[in-house]
Amino acid sequence: MSKYTLSINGESREVEAEPDMPLLWVLRDRLGLVGAKYGCGKGLCGACTVHLDGNPVRSCTLRVADVGDAAVISIEGLATGNGLHPLQEAWIEHDVAQCGYCQTGQIMSAAALLANNPTPNDDDIDAAMAGNYCRCGTYIRIRAAIHSAAKNTQSSVGQPGRSVVSHWVPAQTMEERS
Amino acid sequence: MKTNLFDEVKLGLQQQSISRRGFLKLSGITGGGFVLAATLPSFADELGTLVGSAELNTFVQLSSDGTITIYSARPDMGQGVKTSLPMIVAEEMGAKWDDVFVLQSEVGEEYGGQWVGGSNSIAASFNMMRQMGASAREMLIGAAAETLELPREEFSTNNSEVIHESGRRFTFGQLASLAIKQPLPDEDSLTFKDAEDYTIIGTSVSGVDNLVITTGLAMFGIDTEVPDMLYGAYHKCPAIGGSVVSANLAEIKALPGVKDAFVIEGNGRVDQLMPGIGIIGDSTWAVFNAKQKLKVNWDESNASKDSWRDLVKTASGLKDKRGRNMVVNKGSVDAQFDKKSNKVVEGFYTYPFVAHFCMEPMNCTASYVAGKAGEKDSIEIWVPTQNPASVGPTVAGLYGLENDRIEVHVTRLGGGFGRRFSNEFVCESVELSKRVKRPVKLTWTREDDIRHDYYRVGGFQALKGAINKKGKLVAWDQHFIGMRKDGRAVSGSRFSRNEFPLPNLINARGTSTMLDIATPCGPWRAPGANTHAFVVQSFIHELAHLAGRDHLEFLLEVMGKRQWLNPGNIRSLNTGRAIDVTTLAAKQAGWGKKLPAGRGLGLAFHFSHAAHIAEVAEVSVDKNKKLTVHRVTVAVDVGPIINRSGALSQVKGSIIDGLSTMVGQEITMEAGRIEQSNLHDYPVLRIPAAPEVDVHFIESDNPPTGLGEPGLPPLAPAVGNAIFAATGHRVRTMPLSKEGYSV
Repeated sequence: MSKYTLSINGESREVEAEPDMPLLWVLRDRLGLVGAKYGCGKGLCGACTVHLDGNPVRSCTLRVADVGDAAVISIEGLATGNGLHPLQEAWIEHDVAQCGYCQTGQIMSAAALLANNPTPNDDDIDAAMAGNYCRCGTYIRIRAAIHSAAKNTQSSVGQPGRSVVSHWVPAQTMEERS
Repeated sequence: MKTNLFDEVKLGLQQQSISRRGFLKLSGITGGGFVLAATLPSFADELGTLVGSAELNTFVQLSSDGTITIYSARPDMGQGVKTSLPMIVAEEMGAKWDDVFVLQSEVGEEYGGQWVGGSNSIAASFNMMRQMGASAREMLIGAAAETLELPREEFSTNNSEVIHESGRRFTFGQLASLAIKQPLPDEDSLTFKDAEDYTIIGTSVSGVDNLVITTGLAMFGIDTEVPDMLYGAYHKCPAIGGSVVSANLAEIKALPGVKDAFVIEGNGRVDQLMPGIGIIGDSTWAVFNAKQKLKVNWDESNASKDSWRDLVKTASGLKDKRGRNMVVNKGSVDAQFDKKSNKVVEGFYTYPFVAHFCMEPMNCTASYVAGKAGEKDSIEIWVPTQNPASVGPTVAGLYGLENDRIEVHVTRLGGGFGRRFSNEFVCESVELSKRVKRPVKLTWTREDDIRHDYYRVGGFQALKGAINKKGKLVAWDQHFIGMRKDGRAVSGSRFSRNEFPLPNLINARGTSTMLDIATPCGPWRAPGANTHAFVVQSFIHELAHLAGRDHLEFLLEVMGKRQWLNPGNIRSLNTGRAIDVTTLAAKQAGWGKKLPAGRGLGLAFHFSHAAHIAEVAEVSVDKNKKLTVHRVTVAVDVGPIINRSGALSQVKGSIIDGLSTMVGQEITMEAGRIEQSNLHDYPVLRIPAAPEVDVHFIESDNPPTGLGEPGLPPLAPAVGNAIFAATGHRVRTMPLSKEGYSV
């Protein structure tokens, strides 16, 4: 057992863990942050995606000993201030989730995409999101929600207020915009 | 600080005290203000205030701040019932949806059926949900009528208010304390809204758990954490049914984080407790890591010896024969085949076993507490299950306890698809907890999940059909080669005389042969239908081609005149509904339009789960047999739609799931061992291959039925038929990768 000081969602966290323990299980079993999910354990499904210094990584195959002083952001730390991240809002507005299990990983991959490319086209989205599997088949709404969040991110810069999202969404705004 | 929102929402959820409005306020997403205060009658304060909330009936609670809590008794696995069923209650109540907060109910008979599967929830619960809403409405109206001393007939509800003809009004919150004292209305006296007055049903509502899902809060079974909990893994023989001879337990116990490891003999039941090794540790990783280092000598004398290659060989030897079991035999099939002027075509179809691959692997948390001082033992369980009512009795039976000693909590399910009906992962977690006298969260590895599934059964069908000089279908002979285990046909391997198009034809024969297997099989999204549709709808296209006729026109002719095939049974095939969806899907897809070489349209219809659904796929195939599915056009008749957003999701998801399955998924076994284990050898569809899906609902005047499954079956034949249209090559074997295709 070794001691590690990790930067998790902007806070310094001390954990005791075996060096080989993947970051996923440190987050889930040691720190109680269960938003990153176990799906395959081999970095193939993307359900465990978190950011390491802003880059999307599969936390199920990243040894805690290899994290070092890199800044880890998990879904729990994605929203800043008092509101949701534009992607989280878009995910709710587009009612993307079915079972919902893979969606935190999907959102983390999408957030890394938007951070590097604020106006992705469908091909950019497909390339960035191809590592995230969804058994329920929500891909069409994932594309639509990323486009929608990209628009909101653009237009809200320097403007007061933020988009209003409710769990009640009028029918006409729910139609897919692909 | 960054995590304020997260912590506050989490705290509120844990206490289950957070109101819908509070919830939205916390998250910074408001659903419109509360403006009713200005219209309150002056004596409103004298109506009294409830502390907390109180029940109007089993499903509805009301509090004085106007929050309406509606219980969802059926688990949500992605099919959306936690949103759609409460919508029905809120509609009849006259509630404003923004005032509604939905909670998962505990397990209890008072909630009626709680299992989820068979696309059954909407059909089975629609009336009960209406009754709960109407009953709550009548109690609120009763409270208002009593307060104003006016006849109750002069009141109605809308937007979470009770309104008198005169315009005087009360909020539901104001009436809460009086409403709960009203007598429960007689079930037979309840009346329901006309569909044209609906304000919630038929609209698009975003799922009630979406905020929790997108912020990553604990809610799936695998996220369960209880005080003093340890982590568990369970290792079973890779050949199903093997038992433990010996294992390197001393070595395992010495591994980091491992607290204990032991042999479990079990009771030999695949659906309960099979022999295996239990490993207990201080983290999931500790037990997964130890599991990889396990060395077990298995006794496989009673284990499965199943071999997919042998099944294929046996079946191909049967393809020119008829099955021993006669399912249906009518008209003069052989005479039509013998007629020189008729044209005959034969096709032998193969479909593999497939796994469920729920994104959330099987898991369960259990706390076995030994009874003190003569008290009986008790067990508490947290589990993602499709069958909540089965959990307690199964565990009680295993440990010789009464059912009232078992408390079961149902979590959200990270996918179900038919997988989460069985209780072996429950029994395993209870056994681990009993052994170590601490709560244990058991998590299956993905490899466990794929190798110890209840698979969608594979199978084979040999078809032969005849076309007469006029191009009409005049004979149909179908030999179904299915699987049975312990003498019984497994789920998805039944062949019914009602299977389309047998009832629609004059000369038709259906026979079956059942091959014995030991591999566990179970329901998998649209059992039976998901393979029958591929075979039947592909073969009808083969016949249309043989006849030199347009597929759409030929298919409609096979459907015949507009009728219920089983009059009086609204869950039977209605050829009128079938004709309507097929015609609409074809029209919307531009059936008959000119397409470039290598691109084609494929059509298929299938009836299952009371749903009539037709799909048209537009597919290109390049010289390397790489497919592009450009668009799938769908027409659906499941009666009225409850949640339009949810319904669209189910159909679109079914299309993508169906494509994922048909392209590359296959479970094979040799010497009883499943040969696949994870995504590297069990490929799934990724976002780049997701087609556009264009959905059209025919909201016929039939009772509403479910959509979790029936969108999937027509996809495979629609794509297969499109491949034929594009290339002239007939796909008769699934997955497509077996015939060299990829996406």
